[in-house]
Amino acid sequence: MTHHQPDLNLSPKVSDEVRQTTCYMCACRCGINVHMKSGKVAYIEGNRNHPVNKGVLCAKGASGIMQVNAPSRLRAPLKRVGPRGSGAFEEISWDEALEMATGILEPIRKEAPEKLAFFTGRDQSQSFTSFWAQGFGTPNYAAHGGFCSVNMAAGGIYTMGGAFWEFGQPDWDRTKLFMLFGVAEDHDSNPIKMGLGKLKKRGAKVIGVNPIRSGYNAIADEWVGITPGTDGLFILALVHCLLKAGKIDLEYLTWFTDAPCLVNSDPNSDEYGLILRDEEGRALVWDRIERRPRCFDKPDVCPDLGGTWVNEGIAHKSVFQLMIERYLSDDYAPEAVAERCGVSAGRIRKIAIELARVAFEEAFEVEQEWTDFRGKTHKTMKGRPVAMHAMRGISAHANGFQTCRALHTLQIILGTVEAPGGFRFKPPYPKPVEAHPVPHCKVTPGAPLDGPHLGFVRGPENLALKEDGTPARIDKAFTWENPMSAHGLMHMVISNAHAGDPYKINTLFMYMANMSWNSSMNTKGVMEMLTDKDENGDYVIPNIIYSDAYASEMVAYADLILPDTTYLERHDCISLLDRPICEADGAADAIRWPVIEPDRDVRGFQSVLCDLGARLNLPGFVNEDGSQKYDDYADYITNHQRRPGIGPLFGWRDEDGESAGRGAPNPKQLDRYIENGGFHVQHIPDEALYYKPWNKAYQDWAVKMGIYDVPQPYLFTLYCEPMRKFQLAAEGHGERQPPDHLRDRIKATMDPLPIWWDTNADNLGEEYPVHALTQRPMAMYHSWGSQNAWLRQIHGRNPLYVPTKIWEANGFAEGDWARVSSPHGEITVPVAHMAALNENTIWTWNAIGKRKGTWALEEDAPEATKGFLLNHLIHELLPPKGDGQRWANSDPITGQAAWFDLRVKVEKAEAPAESQPAFEPITSPVGTGPKVNRQKVE
Amino acid sequence: MTSLPQSTEKKLGLVIDLDTCVGCHACVTACKGWNTQNEDTPLADMDAYGSEPVGSFLNRVHSFEVQPEVGPAQTIHFPKSCLHCDDAPCVTVCPTGASYKRVEDGIVLVNEDACMGCGLCAWACPYGARELDQDAGVMKKCTLCVDRIYNETLPEEDRQPACVRTCPAGARHFGDLGDPESDVSKLVAERDGMPLMPELGTQPVNRYLPPRPKDTWEEVDVLAPLLQPVAEEPKGFLGWLDKALEKL
Repeated sequence: MTHHQPDLNLSPKVSDEVRQTTCYMCACRCGINVHMKSGKVAYIEGNRNHPVNKGVLCAKGASGIMQVNAPSRLRAPLKRVGPRGSGAFEEISWDEALEMATGILEPIRKEAPEKLAFFTGRDQSQSFTSFWAQGFGTPNYAAHGGFCSVNMAAGGIYTMGGAFWEFGQPDWDRTKLFMLFGVAEDHDSNPIKMGLGKLKKRGAKVIGVNPIRSGYNAIADEWVGITPGTDGLFILALVHCLLKAGKIDLEYLTWFTDAPCLVNSDPNSDEYGLILRDEEGRALVWDRIERRPRCFDKPDVCPDLGGTWVNEGIAHKSVFQLMIERYLSDDYAPEAVAERCGVSAGRIRKIAIELARVAFEEAFEVEQEWTDFRGKTHKTMKGRPVAMHAMRGISAHANGFQTCRALHTLQIILGTVEAPGGFRFKPPYPKPVEAHPVPHCKVTPGAPLDGPHLGFVRGPENLALKEDGTPARIDKAFTWENPMSAHGLMHMVISNAHAGDPYKINTLFMYMANMSWNSSMNTKGVMEMLTDKDENGDYVIPNIIYSDAYASEMVAYADLILPDTTYLERHDCISLLDRPICEADGAADAIRWPVIEPDRDVRGFQSVLCDLGARLNLPGFVNEDGSQKYDDYADYITNHQRRPGIGPLFGWRDEDGESAGRGAPNPKQLDRYIENGGFHVQHIPDEALYYKPWNKAYQDWAVKMGIYDVPQPYLFTLYCEPMRKFQLAAEGHGERQPPDHLRDRIKATMDPLPIWWDTNADNLGEEYPVHALTQRPMAMYHSWGSQNAWLRQIHGRNPLYVPTKIWEANGFAEGDWARVSSPHGEITVPVAHMAALNENTIWTWNAIGKRKGTWALEEDAPEATKGFLLNHLIHELLPPKGDGQRWANSDPITGQAAWFDLRVKVEKAEAPAESQPAFEPITSPVGTGPKVNRQKVE
Repeated sequence: MTSLPQSTEKKLGLVIDLDTCVGCHACVTACKGWNTQNEDTPLADMDAYGSEPVGSFLNRVHSFEVQPEVGPAQTIHFPKSCLHCDDAPCVTVCPTGASYKRVEDGIVLVNEDACMGCGLCAWACPYGARELDQDAGVMKKCTLCVDRIYNETLPEEDRQPACVRTCPAGARHFGDLGDPESDVSKLVAERDGMPLMPELGTQPVNRYLPPRPKDTWEEVDVLAPLLQPVAEEPKGFLGWLDKALEKL
């Protein structure tokens, strides 16, 4: 047969129309082009103009079509008709559903609003849901940060007024050395991949610090396969090396940090360890020229890093001196930490050298004049091309908050934060602790809460305690057990509610939180708590209302289901009041809008809250005449004002749409967003692009944009004074006193300078010598991926990955199974060998394992037969220590769930029929998906 | 048997950077999404929600480990799709003429109308780059998005394969590997790009850029000049500090 080729149409029409909205296949919030054909979604690609993803899109984003059409979508409101957990429901109308919800919630609000616990999981509308909860009057509101990465967020804000991901990013275009710690690869995933691509193109070096060499760590030039939970020690060894060699940015420390601030150093003083302040509360530094304490922000001040001052017999010394005293100690020498960290001393030194060499010998100047908050004009911007990034890997340990603070300390002594080539904040950050609210918890029946639920405590006076000293919140956030729990403790809500400790609740109301499966520690225990009955035969947690778009594991445990829409069927705003999509070069926010209408009887959860809020007569949700204020979420997005002129969206404000930042509501605002591709960007002026916390031009711009109401320059706080205030209380000072059993722990852990402690003993590390971790693959988000026919073919199985040493010691072979036991439980699961792994660590992909009967999967799906969760091995409490107390498996500072402190034993096991533990199937409210998927729109 | 053209005017293909690919599978589903919508028959998924889901994909990412003699093990992510070989055995083996190589640009395609789903081509391909769609019964393979790269209804910047357009890390490059002056050819020259298993003699067009050497930093002892202590004790350190601050 000779060569023959058919005529092809090389320019086929791709689609009838492109609709641009925001992805929600994970929390990354990329812009997408949704190609429509015959009124249906035909194809999804990245939006090239979008600030987050600039056209690219990940595996999840490009599979969105299979989520929007997933057979697991709920179809109508559901009322439970069988026992909780069985999955027996009947479909009901929205009227009936909303009447039922109102019937439950109205009496609670009238009598005891705290009897409602409203927690919203992977919510991207927290400024709205918290506003609703505040109007309801319950103190019991939070989203999922407490079991995700609150340590990272709080550690960053308490140290430098911002953290990673939404708060900031590496200066990808200028960084020459990038150090990546323990990242969850679904966080900020496209921007990080794009950034890594830029570094690779320029030949910049990447150091990956992670026990597991997958994903980003696979392309790291240097991999540090660190022992889990020792990152803080490793980082402080780097700090030790750099300090000792004088390889630190003294100018930066002098002008932009609290290193020269004076600290009361008299152990007999009531104010021992507190920062010396003037009458207006402003921190004082020792002035090198005038030789007296002066306010840090005086235009002509000359702060002395080595300052001391004795006043009326009370000695003061600079924060920097305290740092030297601590970190020059040989306790932090590379030799002292190497074995514990699993990183050799020579390698620690090499990394310290490279950090110093690149930060100081490859420093550069950007020709851009700028003026600092003291009024001094700088001719250039000094660049220090070392950047760092971290997320859950260092966060989800009981020592995680201090580890995150240690990491920021390392960045700061190198002078790299907000310097060109370093780490850069994204608006609305930088934002010091002082610009954040404190927590509020005062309950008044029939009235709203006295302020926002979540905030940043400044000291014991801000704890959420009742007058009798007991916790005001069901999750015990902001108590002596975890004083700085800025995101709440969602992982403690169900167990506390079940125990009636600190009090009983009436209704658990949740959104997008798969608590009876992968979003809880002690999953089996949580299922039992949700179904447990009291002596009268009533459920211990009387009412459970849940909103989800899909037939998740949690659905079966609710009494009333309010079915949500998919992300292409709804309005949303990704707001500057919340977790916006800003980039370091500009402020930005975005919307979702219904590019298709639901074909089911479902409603966007936020619109349902507008309706429920009006039925409950919540302030902010009703007009003066008592009528419903916002028809739906779109109406709220357009017309709500948090402060005069400040609304959920900052673009195209005022009637004419000409104002950005501040301005009256614009009835056509959403249309303008849609015309612009679903987002709005305001670029930061050139002179304001770096050194933002201290840069006058940035501060003025931020005020203009409505990010702050007045300029708020501040110093980075290497020394976290609020922590010292808790220590002082534990030492017996002040009126608000901790219970005696917590005093020693508060003294030990709330150190105002970063420390590291070993979590080995608390987790019975001697008996359980192996670390066990989970991480999410880049192609899956939480439990959502398995209902997606494309993505489940990529990650349909999650073997337990075992390093060579343990593999060989157990004589494992391909196809084998292992029994993995922890102090709390046991699982039997399939194993696979992985060499590029810390030798004492096993791991698996998170949330691939599914319960039978969920997500519209067939009962013999591998996710349900071979898949598994490590959650069964993790308890919300630590093993008993024999002191009569049960201590939470959380960071004692923030309450962050310490998932990654898990210690286990591994042994070969007979292959069971399926992964253990196995649970009874749940009756699916939606049946199962079709046998053959032919996704094509004609 | 089907003939190959004597030569092609261009050699369009992909250059994939294994030093940059993080194994995220973005290219896999962007490809699936585009081609399921735009080919004659969709890339179907059998047992889509059941125990053995098997769908046809034109591009997959494989991951494997390498244990060097010295240093820790490495993980390599290896995306693989049709390599558009110059001497494509999948074409010559085709009994119906359905498989062919385009004379204009060297892209190897399947004419679905002429394909009877015999699977000989998949058997002949040494790279495992062809997949029989079990629903439609026709052979599926990478088209280099021939319906995108010349598509005048698309903006010019989008006239590239879906996998290249979507790759977040920028690890995939598309161009004419027959033109030594093209960006992709220069990249291949600069980074010592390699064909996959050239010994098989199929003359693949696609190239892979090898991973750069990893874990090359040597251990440093306490005498390293850059880390020489300014002082051993805090007191001495303060002396150094004072002098250093004087200089500022």
